[in-house]
Amino acid sequence: MNIAPQIWQAFVVCISAVFTQNILLSYFLGLCPFIGVSREIKSAFGLGLAVIFVMTATCMLNWLAYHYVLEPLGLEFFRFILFIIIIAAFVQFVEMVIERYSPALYQRLGVFLPLITVNCAILGASLFMLIRNYSLIVTIGYGLGSGIGWFVAIIAMAGIRQKLANDRIPQGLQGPGITLIIAGLMALAFIGFTGVLQGR
Amino acid sequence: MSAVRAESETRKTVVEALWRNNPIFKQVLGICSTLAVTNLVLNTIVMCVALTFTLSLSAATVSILRKLTPRNIRMMVETLIIAFYVIIVDVVLKAYWPDMSTNLGPYVGLIITNCIVMGRCEAYGNTNPPVPAFLDGFFNALGYSFVLLIIATLRELLGMGTLLGYPMPYFSGPYWDRWIMMVMPPGAFFMLAVLTWVLRSIQLAREEKSK
Repeated sequence: MNIAPQIWQAFVVCISAVFTQNILLSYFLGLCPFIGVSREIKSAFGLGLAVIFVMTATCMLNWLAYHYVLEPLGLEFFRFILFIIIIAAFVQFVEMVIERYSPALYQRLGVFLPLITVNCAILGASLFMLIRNYSLIVTIGYGLGSGIGWFVAIIAMAGIRQKLANDRIPQGLQGPGITLIIAGLMALAFIGFTGVLQGR
Repeated sequence: MSAVRAESETRKTVVEALWRNNPIFKQVLGICSTLAVTNLVLNTIVMCVALTFTLSLSAATVSILRKLTPRNIRMMVETLIIAFYVIIVDVVLKAYWPDMSTNLGPYVGLIITNCIVMGRCEAYGNTNPPVPAFLDGFFNALGYSFVLLIIATLRELLGMGTLLGYPMPYFSGPYWDRWIMMVMPPGAFFMLAVLTWVLRSIQLAREEKSK
């Protein structure tokens, strides 16, 4: 087994998932919590961290489940249900572990964990890694990169919205409207990263 | 008497779902998975049909099973019901329209985590009889689809000068500078933001007037 090129590929996939193919800004996944929880940096930070962790772990678990359980059995169409169950079970498990061993962390992340089960970015990342035929190592890189990408986007958005809090915005544009416009501008800025990985 | 009542009840559901409490510009739910396919009108239509099918039938199913479902596992049961219908859509699409299935990629599967489906099942299907739940789901899906179709039409027209793949007069000609940004991701954000702004302002103006 030749592992070095795979690690290199995982690294490249990870970087591109953060910048050029940001799961939120170019695939629109995880928009609901992005708009709902981006009012202040503190909660955005907690949710973002939880997403990074859960996304990396569930991508890996789903990869194993798909290639070692569903494929040999010929049950590929069953993947949606299996993925959802794995994600829900994993989130529940993490919640219990954190509650037992680190009450302080539970205080900060606890409320966000159940939200994650229905975050479309988590399921989306698992489905993308399947469609793109990533190997296990690359999948881990992809999950990590997508999580970090989502984290970066929501932190930036929360920062901008805090600055905007006292500005006068037309009534119809308040809330989701202005958030979407900022997201559009951010997406535009992130397109500027496209060249970074092309020369390789 | 009861028939009249049922009718006004239905009308209320329709008005709520299509306008007053529209899933997209009022509830801001479920925009995640479908915004991505609004760069082409055809993809959007297929996606909206899939969503309507899933939403109305799963709301009805949740409502039929509402008395049998233990309360503490109901989210899981709802998710599984939704996943069941999404799998049907996915398998049918793969069998009869493989090109479209590839085009939509993972977004068909993502209907499962589309918050509007879960939201309606939880908010309405869970506490109401099957027929109203079905109607509520159906009209919410329509309210969702019509906004997305407006977005898709404008994006395809401004960005590529075509509609459903056919070149349109003027927009595909040399006079129109194609607005490539419209078919790229930022275009979707801007389009949705502008639409939300316009529709909400109309709503606000109407409320002012009725006061």
